[in-house]
Amino acid sequence: MLANFDFDVIQRSWVYLFTTGMSFTLQLTAFSMVGGIFLGTLLAIMRLSRNRVVSIVAATYVNLIRSVPLVLVIFWFYFLVPYIGAWLIGASRPIQVGAFTSSLITFTMFEAAYFCEIMRAGIQSVPQGQRAAGLALGMTGTQTMTTIILPQAFRNMLPVLLTQSIILFQDVSLVYVLSITDFVGAATKVAQRDGRIVEMYLFVALVYFLMSYGMSALVKRQEKSMTAGN
Amino acid sequence: MNYNWNWGIFLEPSPYGDSSYLTMLLQGLSWTLATAGLAALIALALGVVVGTLRTLPGKWHRRFANAYIELFRNIPLLVQFFLWFFVVPELLPQEWGTWLKSLPNAAFLTAVVCLGFFHSIRVAVMLSSGINSLSKGQKMAGYALGFTPAQTYRYVLLPMAFRLALPPFGSECLNIVKNSAVALTIGLMELTASARAMSEFSYQIFEAFTAATIIYLLVNVTILMLMRLLEKRTAVPGYFTSKPQSGKGV
Repeated sequence: MLANFDFDVIQRSWVYLFTTGMSFTLQLTAFSMVGGIFLGTLLAIMRLSRNRVVSIVAATYVNLIRSVPLVLVIFWFYFLVPYIGAWLIGASRPIQVGAFTSSLITFTMFEAAYFCEIMRAGIQSVPQGQRAAGLALGMTGTQTMTTIILPQAFRNMLPVLLTQSIILFQDVSLVYVLSITDFVGAATKVAQRDGRIVEMYLFVALVYFLMSYGMSALVKRQEKSMTAGN
Repeated sequence: MNYNWNWGIFLEPSPYGDSSYLTMLLQGLSWTLATAGLAALIALALGVVVGTLRTLPGKWHRRFANAYIELFRNIPLLVQFFLWFFVVPELLPQEWGTWLKSLPNAAFLTAVVCLGFFHSIRVAVMLSSGINSLSKGQKMAGYALGFTPAQTYRYVLLPMAFRLALPPFGSECLNIVKNSAVALTIGLMELTASARAMSEFSYQIFEAFTAATIIYLLVNVTILMLMRLLEKRTAVPGYFTSKPQSGKGV
């Protein structure tokens, strides 16, 4: 049975798969991770704010995003971003947005909701006394947050943030619904061109498995060395 | 902005026969619910088996359960869908493969199986941590009463572990509903796919997606309420548990 398979197709196409597909996937993952953590931290601070309006706005956004499927969010932003862009620069027609920019905005906005919940737990894990100490030293609220609380929150939540980033790496494959050439998209193109669907998708699954498993193992090791250091 | 809102669009006839766009979305919803409901049952059945294996004393039981969990955790859901839909029928003996591909509703059945396996790993993790969080005395008490290990699990450990795992299982059901949207990639006309189709036929993009978003929110709220009801019904009087953390993604 396996004799009918032509694993040669992988040898012929792996350079294309990695230089075009995987590099798109990794770039999108890295940028959305940075953007998502930044925006997520902002949202977390907003959610914990004593200003009720600010905290309700952030909570509504986070809960809304977390209750709808990622695929639907991808469609939403894909069509919404051109209109928002036009509104921002005052153009009368929806502007053209590239595939990468559009998906970067989508994943940043989507993952921010998940990173927000992680950072909220992180900020709450820092003892109250730390904030009081900062304020007692004459620091402003912002200074206390950025120089005392957030560094500790990040440190406490690092393993969870990284685990969420591995999920993000896997989620990025869903840009497939916009016919973008990420790793899965590139493999699909080759598979359809050469009629080698089985071999290509098995290869894609193997690559994802090895990368995600490897990264999870690294996160676990980092987590262990961190608890050992305490 | 030059977007022409037209909220009356939902009552206009869709290109599918004489039904309206609203009916089309509701049909999508019923596919979503059917897929998610059946997938949740499969996830529960598989998850209970794997989760129990993970807590048994034998080394190989645990290894098998962990390998199973790592396998389904480290491959993106989209790729798993493709594996079940395109690859599995080719790997089976030819007659089976042809039979599978000729089934009516192949996309629906694939989606149910795929989501069932994908989410079973989270059920397994919830259940095994539920079993592990029970005090040792429970297991010992079972053995002291002369129960076999199987009976101890059936009458002592699992009933408590199920109750502990119920709140995270509720949020997992929400995840199953959300993840069923990925099935549109293999051609299942579930809710998100219906909204997408409506936006393409009618050009009323934002109305279609708004409606889908609202329907998903309503489904979420309904499931949460049902789960809370179930938790109340199954609570053991006088047995308080600290709620296990829920919602941490895999």
